[in-house]
Amino acid sequence: MAGAASALFLLDIKGRVLIWRDYRGDGDPQSQDPVVYDNGVSYMFIQHNNIYLMIASRQNCNAASLLLFLHRVIDVFKHYFEELEEESLRDNFVVVYELLDEIMDFGFPQFTEAKILSEFIKTDAYRMEVTQRPPMAVTNAVSWRSEGIRYKKNEVFLDVVESVNILVNSIGQIIRSDVVGALKMRTYLSGMPECKLGLNDRVLLEAQGQTSKGKSIDLDDIKFHQCVRLSRFENDRTISFIPPDGAFDLMTYRLGTQVKPLIWVEAQVENHSRSRIEFTVKARSQYKDRSTATNVEIELPVPADATNPNVRTSIGSAAYAPERDALVWKIKSFPGNKEYMLRSEFTLPSITAEEAVPERRAPIRVKFEIPYFTVSGIQVRYLKIIEKSGYQALPWVRYITMAGEYELRLT
Amino acid sequence: MSGHDSKYFSTTKKGEIPELKEELNSQYKGFDSSLRCFVANRGLVRADLLVYDSSFCINCCSISSNFITCHPGVLELCGSDTEYVYFTCSELCVLFGAGKINGNGNENESDKRKDAVKKVIAAMTVGKDVSSLFTDVVNCMQTENLELKKLVYLYLINYAKSQPDLAILAVNTFVKDSQDPNPLIRALAVRTMGCIRVDKITEYLCDPLQRCLKDDDPYVRKTAAICVAKLYDINAELVEDRGFLESLKDLISDNNPMVVANAVAALAEIQENSTRPIFEITSHTLSKLLTALNECTEWGQVFILDALSKYKAADAREAENIVERVTPRLQHANCAVVLSAVKMILQQMELITSTDVVRNLCKKMAPPLVTLLSAEPEIQYVALRNINLIVQRRPTILAHEIKVFFCKYNDPIYVKMEKLEIMIKLASDRNIDQVLLEFKEYATEVDVDFVRKAVRAIGRCAIKLERAAERCITVLLELIKIKVNYVVQEAIIVIKDIFRRYPNTYESIIATLCESLDTLDEPEAKASMIWIIGEYAERIDNADELLESFLESFPEEPAHVQLQLLTATVKLFLKKPTEGPQQMIQVVLNNATVETDNPDLRDRAYIYWRLLSTDPEAAKDVVLAEKPVISDDSNLIDPSLLDELLANIATLSSVYHKPPEAFVTRVKATAQRTEDEDYGSETGNSESPAHVADSSASPTATSSGVPYAAARQPTPVSPAPAPAAPVPDLLGDLMGLENSAIVPMDQPASPAGPPLPVVLPASTGQGLQISAQLTCREGQIFYSLLFENNTQVPLDGFMIQFNKNTFGLAAAGPLQVPQLQPGTSAGTLLPMVTFQNMSQGPPSSLLQAKRKRGRTPNPGRYQGLRDKRGGLLCYFMPGPLDLNNLHFGCTIEFAIANFWIRAYYNALFEDVIVIMTLDDSEVIHLVGFRTEILIPGTAEEHHALDTV
Repeated sequence: MAGAASALFLLDIKGRVLIWRDYRGDGDPQSQDPVVYDNGVSYMFIQHNNIYLMIASRQNCNAASLLLFLHRVIDVFKHYFEELEEESLRDNFVVVYELLDEIMDFGFPQFTEAKILSEFIKTDAYRMEVTQRPPMAVTNAVSWRSEGIRYKKNEVFLDVVESVNILVNSIGQIIRSDVVGALKMRTYLSGMPECKLGLNDRVLLEAQGQTSKGKSIDLDDIKFHQCVRLSRFENDRTISFIPPDGAFDLMTYRLGTQVKPLIWVEAQVENHSRSRIEFTVKARSQYKDRSTATNVEIELPVPADATNPNVRTSIGSAAYAPERDALVWKIKSFPGNKEYMLRSEFTLPSITAEEAVPERRAPIRVKFEIPYFTVSGIQVRYLKIIEKSGYQALPWVRYITMAGEYELRLT
Repeated sequence: MSGHDSKYFSTTKKGEIPELKEELNSQYKGFDSSLRCFVANRGLVRADLLVYDSSFCINCCSISSNFITCHPGVLELCGSDTEYVYFTCSELCVLFGAGKINGNGNENESDKRKDAVKKVIAAMTVGKDVSSLFTDVVNCMQTENLELKKLVYLYLINYAKSQPDLAILAVNTFVKDSQDPNPLIRALAVRTMGCIRVDKITEYLCDPLQRCLKDDDPYVRKTAAICVAKLYDINAELVEDRGFLESLKDLISDNNPMVVANAVAALAEIQENSTRPIFEITSHTLSKLLTALNECTEWGQVFILDALSKYKAADAREAENIVERVTPRLQHANCAVVLSAVKMILQQMELITSTDVVRNLCKKMAPPLVTLLSAEPEIQYVALRNINLIVQRRPTILAHEIKVFFCKYNDPIYVKMEKLEIMIKLASDRNIDQVLLEFKEYATEVDVDFVRKAVRAIGRCAIKLERAAERCITVLLELIKIKVNYVVQEAIIVIKDIFRRYPNTYESIIATLCESLDTLDEPEAKASMIWIIGEYAERIDNADELLESFLESFPEEPAHVQLQLLTATVKLFLKKPTEGPQQMIQVVLNNATVETDNPDLRDRAYIYWRLLSTDPEAAKDVVLAEKPVISDDSNLIDPSLLDELLANIATLSSVYHKPPEAFVTRVKATAQRTEDEDYGSETGNSESPAHVADSSASPTATSSGVPYAAARQPTPVSPAPAPAAPVPDLLGDLMGLENSAIVPMDQPASPAGPPLPVVLPASTGQGLQISAQLTCREGQIFYSLLFENNTQVPLDGFMIQFNKNTFGLAAAGPLQVPQLQPGTSAGTLLPMVTFQNMSQGPPSSLLQAKRKRGRTPNPGRYQGLRDKRGGLLCYFMPGPLDLNNLHFGCTIEFAIANFWIRAYYNALFEDVIVIMTLDDSEVIHLVGFRTEILIPGTAEEHHALDTV
């Protein structure tokens, strides 16, 4: 269990090594699984754009931690180079080496807070007039925030983003649905502010005896950013924290309760004598009139050999996207409780045997955004910010619901 | 980096430099320049980067276009087709004139130097060997510039091992840096020193490390903590002698959480590699660690949780207390923290007796486990492998959550496969309808493996859930009806299992199965179908016809189909002893006894035969006996193993579902040291810069004949002889990746093997004795050669040429042998390629290699064949294959070696046919023996020929 990584590799798309750092001097690098064992060495890898990040180990190391670490490495590099790809690694190999030295030691993940790292590992050589020292934050209990941050205007932006995941089977039953929400924060606060967030969490409200005030909700599973004091939350459900500077996900939560699909899509497929295929699609919005979904995109899979699209829609525009083997129906604005139709026809040039197995088709996928609305009904009741200098900070809150993995299987 | 260019740099042989030097010097004679540059041309000569003097100035000069172009101030190194490394004159001055410039110089100098070192690191990054710049780069180490320092340290980590003597130069700076006022530099020094696995450096590490462990700055302490583990890995005794373990244990009480976490990680690592109890968690340390848990970074939390999961609570109350303090971690955004917390809770739960508490904990763990499935796919995979284990121990945790394991269209295949496995485990009478609908959906997917697994899953559910069996079978029959070949075959395989689980229940479907009889082409499906026919022969009217159709192809079927056919026919005969089956049984028994060479089949056939001929009733009792009912345990893990795996949640062990011992192979530090020592002795041999291939061979090989007798001993050959497998050198392997035909320079020639057989005795070679052998190292064929100069003059300019031969063996590169002074010897490993320039027909001529010796000071003195240049030509046989060193794991050499040996034999003993299967140790032995005696012109050869 006390295993650690042997080496970390950054490989290009063909598997050639771009940069590597050998942490132990005992490792070497090729199944589909992200964890592969070969000849005494275990390889764990992930892909990002056109590079692979890979860890090799000879021990029984913590696979979850190392794989997650690789994802964090991507975040760190992205912070430094905007986009992480082969080119940016090649161009910045010196910084990459410096980072690799700092984020891991002897195969043990050490420190992956990009913001703090950039305080003492800089990309631009000329910005280093002062002697660098490790920021206090590296070893502090508050490892995500440095001291001495100053803003003229102290503001906090809080986005409550909920994505709806839904899976409907071919006979129209909802087989799974859940809501994954995230509280995304952007903080521009001076000093070391102490924040306290209040939600309409049923457990908390009941504990405080305030059941009467509005609706309260049950959250299935809550995950907090490392800045949140977990033991405090466990004790009295208070969400208190010193936030990092800038953007971060304060918390994510999940609701397993079944929700009514916000946009329901039904498709009828008619196959005429195997040379022509006809789709009739109905899309219905199942939310209140006062909400409106924007940027709705319904992706309807069509056979790979379909040609000559002939499409009519009652609203929006539909275009055939051969590269995705799909017809994409885009609706800019989709008000609540409305129903729209699409009819389309394709010709199928390929000749297939009469009894051939119908190929499995991808599901219908839907994307949308509904601003000012949350499925769960979550509400931010307050966000208190206390700093010893006593400034007033402005919290801004915004709600939005989006489609996550929204799949409706075709018959 | 093109696959091409790295070769030029990584293969640079030191031995070439004198040659190059000479050539270049002659080119340079017209120039008044103190710089002598060895530069590569793309194809012709390889370059070692540079040899230099401390200062220089080059004016525009154009040396032979093959070598180098110099423009005013810019020296261009043609490194490859695609990349050019530019060093400006001034950079070179800075970098290589380092000795002249005073330490910290001015700002400008250090910037220039930094750029130069950056270029060196860039070259190192793309796999070029820049170790020859060692001294110069190390000279840049004493600098105020932190970035430059980091680069030099990085260089040291990579090359210190190949230049252990020079690495000592860095020690002073290291020690000085470890006392720098800047904690960043102190930590950097200690961190880097720990990474340099050179004994001499390690000795100097102890004092700085001692200081750093007590440093005021937590950043330095946390780095020092890890460094103790590094040192332990290199030299465990030293760590114990110097009391570092105690210091490390003190750090557990450190006031900084990060230091505590790293100390825990280091101690756990040390404990892992030690048999003695070093790191034992007491209730005192426990509470300290639990406090630190709340404050340290996410990675630190993982270290602590992993270490604590080994702690055995004294009683249920303590266990409950621990669990209480760990549960908040389930809310952490970091999946690794969550999984490690789950591990710890599961461990402590074993002790908790209160069912309420256990139920409550199960309820608490479910949502975090489900949330893991929203993580990145790779982490989902790890989580799913772990959930698979968790549900085997605590099925209740996720009993109501089966829906989250339904596959999404875009899930990667590895996630889908694992989800399927968990769906089977969670399937119950309550949810089976929905699960079956899902399975049916998956059975129409595109990925064949996934479809098969889905079909099999239906069968496994049928076996697991008695009440749902019928519904499962209905679904299977529906799938068979869509007539997709692999679905049908897979369905038949699982239906056979269903029949075994529920005998005499669902036989009505046999008719449907028989319809797809013709489409079966996979052995397992065929065998299953045959089993079904045999088992239910009395209910299938045309069972004999069906079996007969299979019997036609009996001899061609794979073994287990044959076995099933045999048994099924016997069953048929016992059940319906009519004329048809009787004839069939004759045919089958005949086929299975006389015409087969499979002992299993033959034995079984004889048993049936005897049974049938002596006592048909007894045969019935045996063959038609009632079979035990099976249950689905195909993927259940043995409870004791499960315990172990659960203790290893989140680690590789839990991903592989194997105990750690099954895959952890730690390269011990001792092996590393021998390598270093080898290297040391070699660098001492400075007068022959070329590689000494087999230094141990030289003392014995001086008198011809003797060494051969020694080698002639029939050596006991093991199937996988790996004499002192060299430690896989990461660096070497990576650099060698691009072109395997290169001898990695850093790797010392393999440790002493048997002396090389003499192929050209000194008497025939006019004083030059050559011993050689074809050998195979790390999947590459080499021709190991040893030259001994028994003449009175130095010999030089060795070349080798291989005649056309059946095996297409040819040299992959030029022969590199330094000048041989009288009475000295030198060895080399010549990389070989095969299937080049092959000649047709049997290798009657054997291999003839030609050795050309040129530039002898007085060629006329020698008798023998002379080539046009006045050199000497020697012909000799190539010598035997070194079987001890053959790497049998690799198919290519396998084939080549096999082929080679076979041809060799056929040529000499025309009537002797040796069938060689190289994986059979006995035959190898034979081969090895014979190969050895077949050295032309030796007494042994005549002896061998006589015996034949």
